Amino acid sequence: MIKIENITKSYGTGASKTEVLKGISFTIAPGDFLVVLGASGSGKSTLLNVISGLEQADSGTVSYGGKDISSLSDKELTRFRRDQIGYIFQQYFLLPNLDVDKNVKMGADLAGNKDYRQVINAVGLSGKENKYPHELSGGEQQRAAVARALSKKPRVLYLDEPTGALDERTGRQVLDYIVKLQKEQGFTMVMVTHNANIAYMANRVIRMNSGQIVEQYENAAPKGAYEIAW
Amino acid sequence: MIITIKDLFKMAGILAVAFCAVIVCAMFLNFNLDLLALKQRADFPVYEPVYKIMEMNGKVICGVSGGCLFLTSIVLLCFYIGHYIDTHKKELGILKALGYSRLQMAVGFSAFGGCVLAGTGLGYGASWLFLMPRFYEMQNKDGLLPEIRMHFHPWLFLALVAAPTAFFALLAIFYSYHKLGVPALSLLRGTSGTKAKKAKKVSCLPFLQELSRSNVRQRKSLVFFITFAVFCFSSMVQMSASMEALASAMMAAMIFCIGIFLAVVTLFLATTSVVRANGKTITMMKVFGYGARDCARAVLGGYRPWAYLGFALGTVYQYGLLKVMVEFVFQDMEGMPAYGFDFPAMAATLAAFVVLYETIMLAYARKMEKAPLKEIMLE
Repeated sequence: MIKIENITKSYGTGASKTEVLKGISFTIAPGDFLVVLGASGSGKSTLLNVISGLEQADSGTVSYGGKDISSLSDKELTRFRRDQIGYIFQQYFLLPNLDVDKNVKMGADLAGNKDYRQVINAVGLSGKENKYPHELSGGEQQRAAVARALSKKPRVLYLDEPTGALDERTGRQVLDYIVKLQKEQGFTMVMVTHNANIAYMANRVIRMNSGQIVEQYENAAPKGAYEIAW
Repeated sequence: MIITIKDLFKMAGILAVAFCAVIVCAMFLNFNLDLLALKQRADFPVYEPVYKIMEMNGKVICGVSGGCLFLTSIVLLCFYIGHYIDTHKKELGILKALGYSRLQMAVGFSAFGGCVLAGTGLGYGASWLFLMPRFYEMQNKDGLLPEIRMHFHPWLFLALVAAPTAFFALLAIFYSYHKLGVPALSLLRGTSGTKAKKAKKVSCLPFLQELSRSNVRQRKSLVFFITFAVFCFSSMVQMSASMEALASAMMAAMIFCIGIFLAVVTLFLATTSVVRANGKTITMMKVFGYGARDCARAVLGGYRPWAYLGFALGTVYQYGLLKVMVEFVFQDMEGMPAYGFDFPAMAATLAAFVVLYETIMLAYARKMEKAPLKEIMLE
């Protein structure tokens, strides 16, 4: 269980101080697929960074199974991310000098996962293991990023606008892969997006505006990637 | 138009190399030119053997140090221009798309010649104001030759300051012209320039080792700089230990200072380049949970064997050079002591190198530890 309590975060000082998160609280159950919806500037990406341990909140607590991560040192946070968290970003951030196999190995080595090539196959990149990022299409790069994140066997997967740079067809394909793998492996998934249609795929949805949660609801019957509008 | 003052500051390496080359060469060549006046004297045959030794001494030192540093400057300049173009592809692509010709853009790179002008100018000035007067005074005190007076030689100034500036400005234009020969769209997309070079075969090494190897493979010029920096340190520090007995304390101090200066500047610039070029990789590694030590190992560890190779080469080079100087060039000079390999000096230099190198690497590892993760999220 991930418990987020009264999180605040602001940037700048004095007159230029901007409050990005204004006392956010919610919980995430194990195996949840939570979508955080919101327009640009609503604070959803900052929220993702704070709850995933990439940034520290100004106040409030984020606890994983009862352990508060907001008071951890840099070293402890690094260990926490290594053991628990996987990330997928809009811009993929694959290492340009390494091929797909070695990019995925980056995540796999952290978990001692020797069978990481199965994940490459699962995301549909078999035969492209020796391709470099610049030799792949956007969708293939994102799938490589998915494989990299999943090969470290995370307990929680955080996704920041994972389809933001993809066309509809590729976007659906990538989401389909991720959801299938989540169902198979049972990890918790938190996705930040501005695309309201994607919310239909999640079992829980949080809508944010100006640093606050304005709506929270559950989907009784989440849809598949090919069933939603785009 | 393209190059800013801030970019020129990043060329401190060329400035330092040019400074070191000219400060040494100006002193010896000016002295050699002033020595020519002796040939007019009726009693020249009396001084001829010493004259020849002095002249040869200047030629050898200028040839070896000047030539070596000149080649290093060429490699440094090409590296900086290549690096600049790689990191400014989008801006250059926009200029190209707007209609600026390849030549117009390349001409902007001649500003890099300004760093050479600053380096050679400062080197010549420092040599003229501080080194030359002391060097002449010392030579005159020895009394091996009649008194030699210091004169200004305009041609030497032009050859050591103006000519290298013009040469490097032209080299910058030609090299950047060659590097900019890619379509505007490729520059805008950032797909031109350094493409990842494929490993020859699929390997099963752990990720950190793979990344370390890939880093070295991708940035061969940095391998050169790190090897060269340690080579300078090793050869010049060891040489300075023997110089006091073979030449003078002043020469020893000068070689020691140049060695340390060149090594620290080149090593600092090369290491900074490696860390900057791997900024995103380091951030992603930290995001995934790799510690700062892992990041340092993957990014900087691959260069360590090359650094130690540089030390070994520097040791062999200084031994060979001094051996040749003592046994062949100055064989006829009276009172020249025998020269043998100085093990204690080598051991002390190696210990100093290990401490210096590992301290620098540790400092960069600390820097990586403190690098914020937020930057990559904001892209």
